[in-house]
Amino acid sequence: MLQGVQIDLISEDRLSRLTSMEKVRLILDDVMEGNIVVLEKGLAPDEASKLIELTMREIRPDGFSGIEMETYPESEAPAGLSGIFSRLMKKRPGSRLTVIGPANQMKMIKKEKDLISAWVSSR
Amino acid sequence: MSFLIRARKKFSRFLRFFLKKNRSRIGIYGPPNAGKTTLANRIVRDWTGDAVGPVSEIPHETRRARRKENITITGTNGGSIVIDIVDTPGVTTKIDYHEFLEYGLDKEEAIVRAREATEGVAEAMHWLREDIDGVIYVLDSSLDPFLQVNIMMVGIIESRKLPVIIVANKIDLPDAAPARIKSAFPQHPVVSISGLEGRNVENLYEQMTEFFG
Ligand SMILES: Nc1nc2c(ncn2[C@@H]2O[C@H](COP(=O)(O)OP(=O)(O)OP(=O)(O)O)[C@@H](O)[C@H]2O)c(=O)[nH]1
Ligand SMILES: [Mg+2]
Repeated sequence: MLQGVQIDLISEDRLSRLTSMEKVRLILDDVMEGNIVVLEKGLAPDEASKLIELTMREIRPDGFSGIEMETYPESEAPAGLSGIFSRLMKKRPGSRLTVIGPANQMKMIKKEKDLISAWVSSR
Repeated sequence: MSFLIRARKKFSRFLRFFLKKNRSRIGIYGPPNAGKTTLANRIVRDWTGDAVGPVSEIPHETRRARRKENITITGTNGGSIVIDIVDTPGVTTKIDYHEFLEYGLDKEEAIVRAREATEGVAEAMHWLREDIDGVIYVLDSSLDPFLQVNIMMVGIIESRKLPVIIVANKIDLPDAAPARIKSAFPQHPVVSISGLEGRNVENLYEQMTEFFG
């Protein structure tokens, strides 16, 4: 068989049809199989919180060691707007492209406001 | 402790009787090893004389949240707050016991530490969801903010709509660059301190009375 790493890109449409728990479970099951998951639309804060907790429960010595998960910071409000006004202008939190992978195979090598660079090894 | 703090500590004890019983719980959050417990100990020592918990260069030293009740902090402007300080385990998305072997722990100890650390992370998240009224988010200013900060974690804190103060810690280190942290968090107050040496903690107390009051 071909050596390599599977990458699953999950569309916003697909994600929006799932409940929070289904989303989190789908991602975690996928990553635990050694795959890289790219979400077109990131998780809501509550979902991210659930994902962290569920990840902690799945960690085993010499087995699954957790996830790497990165997304971009929320876009800054246009200059000149401040306080409440800039809050209103901000996009819904957790709405950006997100990459998630197994921690033992994926390393973030560079991360800036607008660029994420990751390195992935096959198992 | 400086003379100023000592004088205000007396004043704080006096005030405690008059302030409302309904104290806010301030959680000290941040990645493993950022200096959360060192800072919690300093705050608690400065204002009550006690300590919160042990500190270590090995990550995940704190694996249970610890609360210290009834701390009255008075700023230089005379404003006072009474809070509980909650020192939390460092939040991360990955824990591998092999990391602890490099610090000289044997395999069994390392595996236990890793398991406790996973429980600690879940506990820290639980406190944030249920029992925290304000957050001090501690970062190591000698490290790249974008690589150490989990943006998800920041999103989770922001979504709770809690008051947040960002602490750029360890400014005593030669490669500290707190300006990077300031530019990473344009929407939040950022205070640069050394929790270890106590540099600029006065300023943090000032901000705390302002934002957690
Ligand atoms: N140079 C320097 N070192 C610090 C400072 N604050 C903490 N440290 C050191 O950083 C290490 C970790 O400190 P802790 O206070 O245990 O960090 P923590 O965030 O509570 O870590 P966990 O509980 O493991 O998540 C220890 O070796 C401290 O002595 C600081 O302001 N400057
Ligand atoms: Mg600690």
